[in-house]
Amino acid sequence: MTPLVECRALAVGYGGRAVVRDIDLSLDPGTWLAVIGTNGSGKSTFLKTLAGLIAPVQGAVRVAGAPPAERAAVVSYLSQSHEQGFLLPIRSRDVVRMGRWPARGLMGRLRSDDEQMVDRAMDALGIRDLADEPLGTLSGGQCQRVHLAQATCRNAQLMLLDEPTSGLDAASQERYLALMDSERARGAVIVSATHDVREARRADVVLVVAGRVVACGPPGQALTAQVLAEAFGVVIADPDGPVVIDPHHGHGHHHGPGAPHVHGHVPGHDHHGHEH
Amino acid sequence: MQRALVAAVVVAVATGVVGTLMVLRGMAFLGDALAHGVLPGIAAALLIGIPSVVGALAGAAVMMGGVTAVTRRTRLSSDVAIGLLFVGMLALGVVIISRSADFAGSLTDILFGEVLGVSWPQIAWQAGVAVAVVALAWALRRPLLLMAMDPDQARVAGYRVGLLEAVLLGMIAITVVASFIVVGALLVFGMLLAPAGAAALITRRIGSMMIVAAGVGVLSAYVGLLLSWYLDLAAGAMVVLTATVIFFVVLVAQELLAWRRPHPEHAS
Repeated sequence: MTPLVECRALAVGYGGRAVVRDIDLSLDPGTWLAVIGTNGSGKSTFLKTLAGLIAPVQGAVRVAGAPPAERAAVVSYLSQSHEQGFLLPIRSRDVVRMGRWPARGLMGRLRSDDEQMVDRAMDALGIRDLADEPLGTLSGGQCQRVHLAQATCRNAQLMLLDEPTSGLDAASQERYLALMDSERARGAVIVSATHDVREARRADVVLVVAGRVVACGPPGQALTAQVLAEAFGVVIADPDGPVVIDPHHGHGHHHGPGAPHVHGHVPGHDHHGHEH
Repeated sequence: MQRALVAAVVVAVATGVVGTLMVLRGMAFLGDALAHGVLPGIAAALLIGIPSVVGALAGAAVMMGGVTAVTRRTRLSSDVAIGLLFVGMLALGVVIISRSADFAGSLTDILFGEVLGVSWPQIAWQAGVAVAVVALAWALRRPLLLMAMDPDQARVAGYRVGLLEAVLLGMIAITVVASFIVVGALLVFGMLLAPAGAAALITRRIGSMMIVAAGVGVLSAYVGLLLSWYLDLAAGAMVVLTATVIFFVVLVAQELLAWRRPHPEHAS
């Protein structure tokens, strides 16, 4: 099988300054790579490089045999923040439908199979009943699922998802994991950036970054207590595997001082508290 | 009066469509700055005797170039660059006009519009601009909307965002230039913003937002001009004032409706 994504001695960063160096990996169709690290560790920079939004600082990156910027047709990208005009009047379903636009060019009408793809993506994420709601009235978690549905209905060979589970409640996270399975089954390569060890454990390959590559390999090998301690700080043992206590994870959680945020096995933990 | 009405309606269509794009993209302040940027261009054109439209376009181009240069070369955010050039260009315009006593009357016309003195050739040019911006907005609706949502998404979807940005700026510039004769360089901003803002409050789709914005603009033009005619008030200012009043009426009506009806979000 020819790999869809290849990185050779890749250094990613901005303005010639590398944030993460020496990334070497190749991803075959049907592979899920989870990139895990703290904020500012270079996860998003790596995803943006794969999306062709920024040029590599050093080394080579190929998507389907070409530089990513020439491969827009096969890539979908979920960015970390969703900028919205203060009163963008748009319905959820129309946001999801935007995922089908690249396939239809500037003017082409969406066909019935496009609409079916939109329906499927919205069903998979449980947002079919929100179709007519204006985007601006949705909660953070609902909004995130709308954008995830948009990235999904692209039907892309390479899905780049920057913190896809941010704001999702437990039920939505399960939906997301099921979606990742079905996307892999159709042969898509998924690269997701996360700081959730539990999510990363479900992937095929894990890349642990902390300003450099700390580890890269199957979850069992890459997500060891030692690696996580290096990448995140404090780690505690847990029957399910090591769990991270991340003292410098600054996402605005409402934990008191001395109550650091625990990533990992807390069921139903809501990252941002937006979900109904 | 008839010509004034036709001109105002034509301009309202163009500003409704372009204003919608501007509001979606969060470029309201830049639109305002552009409107002021045309002032020294028009003044200089009057001084050296070339068509004022040419001067206005040159002024808009200088304004755009200046904002881009300051934002790229310095670490100042674009609102600093826009604000700086905004007052600078306005001052330059007034300085150029004050150079000649003959232009004292022109200053008011340029700043606040001379809709009652508009000529048929000017209306033809405005109509051309309106058709062009509506056609462009239609043809580029997908990339422009993606760009408004998230420029990175538009880039990953394969659209050339830099080029689109330039096209959008050009659409705003040419609309401003075509509109200043009707409502004046100081007030054209109101025609870009108020109808689009009112439309954003009551629509759920971008396409209907543009249509409603153009409709609100046309209504404002009509009502504003009639009021100015019968009450003997400044024409351009009445048009913009009407548009602003419509925005606030819509806003208040919506608040009242929301207050009377239980909000659907609380039902779940």
